[in-house]
Amino acid sequence: MIPAGSLLHAVALHKAYGRTPALDGADFSLHPGEVVAVMGPSGSGKSTLLHCLAGIIAPDSGTVRYGDRELTAMSDAERSALRRADFGFVFQFGQLVPELTALENVALPLRLNGTRRRDAERQAREWLERLEVDTVADRRPGEVSGGQGQRVAVARALAGRPRVVFADEPTGALDSLNGERVMSLLTDAARDTRAAVVLVTHEARVAAYSDREVVVRDGIAREGVAAV
Amino acid sequence: MSIGHTLLGLLESGPRHGYDLKRAFDEHFGHDRPLHYGQVYSTMSRLLKNGLVEVDAVEAGAGPERKRYAITDAGVTDVAQWLARAEKPEPYLQSTLYTKVVLALMTRRDAAELLDTQRTEHLRLMRGLTERKRTGDLADQLICDHALFHLEADLRWLELTAARLDKLAEAVRA
Repeated sequence: MIPAGSLLHAVALHKAYGRTPALDGADFSLHPGEVVAVMGPSGSGKSTLLHCLAGIIAPDSGTVRYGDRELTAMSDAERSALRRADFGFVFQFGQLVPELTALENVALPLRLNGTRRRDAERQAREWLERLEVDTVADRRPGEVSGGQGQRVAVARALAGRPRVVFADEPTGALDSLNGERVMSLLTDAARDTRAAVVLVTHEARVAAYSDREVVVRDGIAREGVAAV
Repeated sequence: MSIGHTLLGLLESGPRHGYDLKRAFDEHFGHDRPLHYGQVYSTMSRLLKNGLVEVDAVEAGAGPERKRYAITDAGVTDVAQWLARAEKPEPYLQSTLYTKVVLALMTRRDAAELLDTQRTEHLRLMRGLTERKRTGDLADQLICDHALFHLEADLRWLELTAARLDKLAEAVRA
């Protein structure tokens, strides 16, 4: 049964890479506007869970529903269109297009969704200001620091006004001060725009920016247990 | 925390009344636990007895007399020695959590669930501290960071223990 008001809901996800199981019956649900941390040791299946939830990979079995649509029954093209329209992504590194400036990178998802260049660039500049990196608007990813690059990536993820942001170890390559600033800006901006966030992290201090946590162990996801 | 040394340190910048000392202490160090007046006055009597402070002035008023305290040379030396001395790191060996995990395994209860419950509780506290950091000033941020790093260390231990539960079960049941 789908929990009332759930935006994204996965049931009994199984996924194996060759003979190695990554997900072994994982369940997950996400409500609009909430920030959920997906935690667990390396190799527990947490990134695979995120990729299945976001429709990047298809599970071997199980279902993922987004609103009233079933991701697992969509074609690749339909899932791709859904990701562009409704989802935003922040990864550990490497997601910015190296040939484009920070401004062009942030404007890219808006342009792909049909926004006119001038409007896309105006909105992109506002997002860069919001993420405190408007000073590097005209620089390419190779010319900015790791912390600045990650803020540009957050700006890009949020610029298309997604309903869900998928963040996979977004602070993994940053020092603690930069990591915390990125988390603070990401979660503030997501809450303001009512975007839900699925945050994969193995760092407790990063998970502390979430509303609740789900722990993945041996391919099974467990909700945080309330203390008695 | 040594309240005596902290009050002495506050007196180094100039003489203060007991009430001012309490206010300065609470402002800088007493976010969660403000000092009681009783603690201030009992600490000052001890410091007075040990010659680390002296009464600099007494003001008579409608209520009880107000003493103003000043630090002595011996007091300044004492603060300097305290600041220069390394604190003893506490390794927390044989912590309650470790005991609970071992006992759960020995009595064949679910130790993994115990660790999950503890993780949730640690994260709940960490969320509160993170929120306080977001809204607080720099002093708040530093105090919360200190607590957060310690809680994070506990959590790393929890994860490591969770990963080694099978081996630990074998060891304690042998």
